[in-house]
Amino acid sequence: MSTEALRAADITKNFGNISALSGISLHVNKGEVLGILGDNGAGKSTLMKIITGYHKPSSGQMFINGEAVTLTSVDHARSLGIECVYQDLALVNTLPIYHNMFLNRELRNRFGMLDHGAMRKRAAAALDDIGVQVPSVDDEVAMLSGGQRQAIAIARAVYSNAKILLLDEPLAAMGAREAGLIIDLIQRQQARGDISIIMIMHNYAQTLEIADRIMMMQRGTVTFEGNARDTSVEALLDIVRREYRAMRAAAQ
Amino acid sequence: MSATTLSFRQRGTKLLALREASIVVVALVLVIYFSVVNANFLTGPNLQTLSQFIAPSAIIACGEIMLLICGEIDLSVGQIFALAPFIMAFTDHAGLGMFVGFVFAMIVSALVGLINGAITVLLKVPSFVTTLGTLFLINGFTLTVSKGYPINTPGGQTMANIFGAAGYNEFLWAILIVVIMHMVLRHRRWGLHTIAVGGNLTGATEAGINAARIKIGNFMLTSMLGGITGILEAFRIGSTDPLAGGTNIMFLAVASGVIGGTSLAGGSGTIIGGLIGATVLGVLQDGFTLQGINAFTFDMIIGAAILIAMIANIHVGRLNRGGRS
Ligand SMILES: Nc1ncnc2c1ncn2[C@@H]1O[C@H](COP(=O)(O)OP(=O)(O)O)[C@@H](O)[C@H]1O
Ligand SMILES: [Mg+2]
Repeated sequence: MSTEALRAADITKNFGNISALSGISLHVNKGEVLGILGDNGAGKSTLMKIITGYHKPSSGQMFINGEAVTLTSVDHARSLGIECVYQDLALVNTLPIYHNMFLNRELRNRFGMLDHGAMRKRAAAALDDIGVQVPSVDDEVAMLSGGQRQAIAIARAVYSNAKILLLDEPLAAMGAREAGLIIDLIQRQQARGDISIIMIMHNYAQTLEIADRIMMMQRGTVTFEGNARDTSVEALLDIVRREYRAMRAAAQ
Repeated sequence: MSATTLSFRQRGTKLLALREASIVVVALVLVIYFSVVNANFLTGPNLQTLSQFIAPSAIIACGEIMLLICGEIDLSVGQIFALAPFIMAFTDHAGLGMFVGFVFAMIVSALVGLINGAITVLLKVPSFVTTLGTLFLINGFTLTVSKGYPINTPGGQTMANIFGAAGYNEFLWAILIVVIMHMVLRHRRWGLHTIAVGGNLTGATEAGINAARIKIGNFMLTSMLGGITGILEAFRIGSTDPLAGGTNIMFLAVASGVIGGTSLAGGSGTIIGGLIGATVLGVLQDGFTLQGINAFTFDMIIGAAILIAMIANIHVGRLNRGGRS
């Protein structure tokens, strides 16, 4: 039995009178990849932002390594090893690639000044390591393609020594080659065995290929949870169809 | 020094050069023009006068540039400029001395910045509106406590000389502040986070940057620079005037920043550019004053010059970047 890295119990989140999450529970073990699927507006991104300390849940409890924690800020979550690639990527267009890769985690010399040289070198090495090609780490992020931008954001999270890595639709803007590189990168992290990954995905087949476990969400609730190897694209689509039928029946 | 450090320097210098080269050219053309049309332009006494035109806008521009980069503006800074030397003078009159007076003036300036920042960030009032309000508020307050009359700036001649009355001292203070603020913007986390907050507020927040702290801090910085400039000018002129500074110095500072390449949309800007922008405006003011141009004509020329310099800067800057963005 593997050890549990993160558990979120009975999380609810209301924005005014919109209920984005109505009692979601989720857990991920050490070394495990959890894939989350679900429609737009299901509350997936909101759930991620609660785990990263960006939003405070309306109710519910989080546990990290079995210990109850109440996250007070993004920095707090980061200090516990939680790192996230947000759907909007959180990149600053007017800053060069290497500053984006070290955003709010800048390397400094002994005088407290930014160590531009070290950051450039390490950013370049990290991107090289993944196989992402950019003309220069000095280029502003604004000049990159969607896929490159996404790769930068993912590289930033992966190379931060995260223990729990959250990826919100990491393959969304990617071409086949870039997606391949990122899947490869995720699988290399998975192989290390000490890092847990939660990834929100759209493509069912890709999710089944990468994830160990699958969770499906619909309108703020969990509609399915199970091992990836025990299910199939057909079975997952069946669940979605059943949900729609039930929704339509309820609406009548 | 490793090869990487070296190539960063080279690149950094090159980028800086690209951004600022166009406006340096404008400044040089103006200097050449005025020295050709007026023999007195490039003389010692006039260069000193010129430096006194440049210094105040250059110092305040440092603050406005930080604010513009993080997506804000301070319209009230010229009123703090007028208030700060009164606080210093009144504290001195009360027998506490000039030093305590200076400290009080800085505390009040910082407080005004804190209020500007808190209303803008926490109560979500656009800074254009917030600082328009505090502009009138502080102006009324200064006029009330001074009863509308200027007073002599207290302190001896030595003190006055150190703080800007003698030679190029005020300009040297400006250069010192410009150098420090350049380091803050390019080589400290504060500067980087200021750019991040202005470039992508949500993204910076998601990365864990405390945007409220950055913005409020830059409002406080700008107010304090306004206060310092007001005090330097009070020492230089020898009189503390409730109508000194005002919107005029504020617009000059903002224009210096924007002429120097700071984007009004936030997310980018340079302190050195602000100094060059202040120089361009100073040369125009000083040059036209030497020419004896009448004050009304002068305003029209300055206004047109600001527009032309900004348009030129934006478009030449674009060419320099190879047509991108
Ligand atoms: N900051 C917010 N303020 C108000 N409503 C929000 C906010 N963030 C998300 N929501 C709402 O919560 C619901 C879930 O959104 P989200 O978590 O982004 O879904 P998903 O990522 O699954 O597409 C949506 O109805 C969305 O409009
Ligand atoms: Mg989403």
